[in-house]
Amino acid sequence: MPKTIELRILRQDGEDSAPYWDEFSIPWSENMNVIGCLMEIQLNPVNKAGKKINPVVWESNCLEEVCGACSMVINGKPRQACSSLVDRLAQPIRIQPLGKFRVVRDLVVDRSPMFKALAKVKAWMPIDGTYDMGPGPKISAEDAERMYTFARCMTCGCCMEACPQYNADSEFIGPAPLGQANLFNMHGSGAMSKSERVQTVMGKGGVADCGKSQNCSKACPKEIPLTEAIAELSAETTKQLVKDMLAKGTPRSFGGPA
Amino acid sequence: MSKFIVVGGGLAGLMATIKLAETGHDVLLFSIVPVKRSHSVCAQGGINAAVNIKGEDDSPDIHTFDTIKGGDFLAEQPPVKEMCYAAPGIIYMFDRMGVAFSRTPEGNLDFRRFGGTLHHRTAFAGATTGQQLLYALDEQVRRWEAEGRVKKFEGWEALSVVRDDAGACRGLCAVHLSSLRVQTFPGDAVILASGGPGQIYRQSTHSMVNTGSIISSVFQQGAAYGNPEMIQIHPTAIPGNDKLRLMSESARGEGGRIWAPRRKGDNRPPKEIPEAERWYFLEEKYPRFKNLVPRDVASREIFHAAVDLGMGVGGGMMVYLDVTHIDKATLNRKLGGILEIYEKFTGEDPREVPMKIFPAMHYSMGGLWVDYEAKGDGFLNRQSPRNQATSIPGLYAIGECDYQYHGANRLGANSLLSCVFSGQLVAPAVASYARNLAAGEAPSAAFEGERKRWEDRLTSIGSMRGKENPYALHRELGLLMVNDVSIVRDNTRLKAALGRIAEFRERWNQVSCVDESHWYNHPKLFINQLYNMLVTAEAITLGALERDESRGAHYKPAFPNRDDSKYMKTTLAHWDGGRVKLSFKDIDTSLFKPVARKYD
Repeated sequence: MPKTIELRILRQDGEDSAPYWDEFSIPWSENMNVIGCLMEIQLNPVNKAGKKINPVVWESNCLEEVCGACSMVINGKPRQACSSLVDRLAQPIRIQPLGKFRVVRDLVVDRSPMFKALAKVKAWMPIDGTYDMGPGPKISAEDAERMYTFARCMTCGCCMEACPQYNADSEFIGPAPLGQANLFNMHGSGAMSKSERVQTVMGKGGVADCGKSQNCSKACPKEIPLTEAIAELSAETTKQLVKDMLAKGTPRSFGGPA
Repeated sequence: MSKFIVVGGGLAGLMATIKLAETGHDVLLFSIVPVKRSHSVCAQGGINAAVNIKGEDDSPDIHTFDTIKGGDFLAEQPPVKEMCYAAPGIIYMFDRMGVAFSRTPEGNLDFRRFGGTLHHRTAFAGATTGQQLLYALDEQVRRWEAEGRVKKFEGWEALSVVRDDAGACRGLCAVHLSSLRVQTFPGDAVILASGGPGQIYRQSTHSMVNTGSIISSVFQQGAAYGNPEMIQIHPTAIPGNDKLRLMSESARGEGGRIWAPRRKGDNRPPKEIPEAERWYFLEEKYPRFKNLVPRDVASREIFHAAVDLGMGVGGGMMVYLDVTHIDKATLNRKLGGILEIYEKFTGEDPREVPMKIFPAMHYSMGGLWVDYEAKGDGFLNRQSPRNQATSIPGLYAIGECDYQYHGANRLGANSLLSCVFSGQLVAPAVASYARNLAAGEAPSAAFEGERKRWEDRLTSIGSMRGKENPYALHRELGLLMVNDVSIVRDNTRLKAALGRIAEFRERWNQVSCVDESHWYNHPKLFINQLYNMLVTAEAITLGALERDESRGAHYKPAFPNRDDSKYMKTTLAHWDGGRVKLSFKDIDTSLFKPVARKYD
């Protein structure tokens, strides 16, 4: 008998439909990943009971674990479907959409809150313009490597899924955007607007809402030390708080705000 | 100020968007995926610029020549020159944006070697340079979005352009992926930055969205296509079931060596094969460039060793790429990311065991034909509305979907450069175009007509209930292209392939829209993409058939030499009465006269 792969997929026909489990048995082949399994369903859209079904829909793009598109919960763990090789997974393989985001259909979820959060924390370099103005500041190899570690964040959402404090209704902004806010504080030019960035993560929903479970760092497919970023950012918010208090108390003649 | 439409949010599209926003224009930015997930993330090795920090007397002129020679004299010379001179400034711009480029001990940008040059000219950020550059632009676009200058339409697929009675492009027609709503959007010009057509080839290194569908669609609306036959096969990809993942040229740039066992059928584990019994065939044949010959040369030599001579690992089209002689700390620092990918997807540690690699379709040098305006000194007039303009007025193309920078073969680390450069160049071009545009809106009938055309087409696709599965038909097309229109080309097989493609177009009428829903229906949109891929495949194959010479990536054993007297020309494809027709156009060789392309 030819080898098969058993799948259980949590499906949902539309945004307001009820979720349901569907089962599939598909032919095995070498080096197969979860995306390859879903492609097999497109080629032969029939479930295990032999019923013709609409093929499962999902999001994916690069299939090399650099774009962040294909995050799913696979055997209970949020991860990239492209790097989930079936030979290393217990069967039946359970595949669910990320649970912390609105489901659009089947395994497709709406992660736009993460991108909006990046705008909220001003995760960008405040450059004067894109015209040729010569090189940026010199940076040590060590500092560049540390920035690179955080700059690999794919906005995939695995850390958000694993975080006990983050959900669709909570105000907490979540680990990924905090990691990015901290990244720009590390750079010489980015640090010039540090106060502005730190202020966006103070107060409710900000860095103080982190419950320190450290799930985010463990869930990250790129092993980004998000908890370190959150700790650094947290220290910055304390400094900022003191600065803001002092600024409020500064008399106008000393250059304080009116 | 004007309003422009950009299709595609990779490096080229985002760069154009930023330049337009920066000069006060409004931009509507369309992308199938959130722009941060665009295919540019897959570029690993780096971006070229002759910054010359290694005391090698490198210069933009040498970069220009290397690029033109690398493309076997088929690239358009003035745009290449302008690009190579702009390259150092582009690196500095990214440096100021905070890209974590790898550094020298003094804290300067570091540069590594890449194929087709003898200079250290490639800046890099770990092993994910494309991702890092894309993120830098993504962040800047988000900044403009927050200021209200840019509006993103993520989760939309472009279907066609809207044209007025005079034939000029006046806007875009697109479909929303989840609601399947078809809508038109007016704009003073449309810039296509939608990437390459890799999905036409089975298991290419391209991303899932790279069907080239919108490019095929505007080709069918009358835009000319340049050099469709020029398809790059990357020599080193990792075996995979769903796709072949790239193993970056940087592995060789950092000292990686390609070899096969000297004895045919030697099936010992690679580490047990002594040095003297390894055949370093690239180093032997190309003592000057060694493992860093251009990609077309390396792919052809691997094919020759593995297929012609039967010397491939395990008898297949596979050879070793070996970095095990390099110390682990260096490997982890300079190549960590790509070695992790290899390990993740194959289960073997490339620091310990030589990697098994084989060639895979990687890049299209060909794309929409675009114009440029040169000055007497060989540089471009940067304000000309002709730069990056397609043959449809008001429609522009940049990035992998244009044809002009790489000729018959692209050098490694030149694609990130051409994407960013063409994105910079197109902004003043469309601004000039818009200034000269006659006042007044395009007739609303043109917009309504285009919207209706697509709504009807998608409705009719949705009701297709034939016996063919569209995904299976796509696989057949992909296999055909890999087998018959790739490294080695033969006219008999190309003719047969054209017949098969015509047959596939017949069978396309018999596909079934295997999803019956009206919400996020992937098959419905994919069936349209498949039709468009069939058209592009015909252009690629016909271009390959008609060019009876060998030049760059285009290799015909029956015509083993470059034939400048006949083919020192751009292949121009046109859509004419439901078929692809070809013509040829002379190339301006005023900067560099063609010379023999040697790397030994």
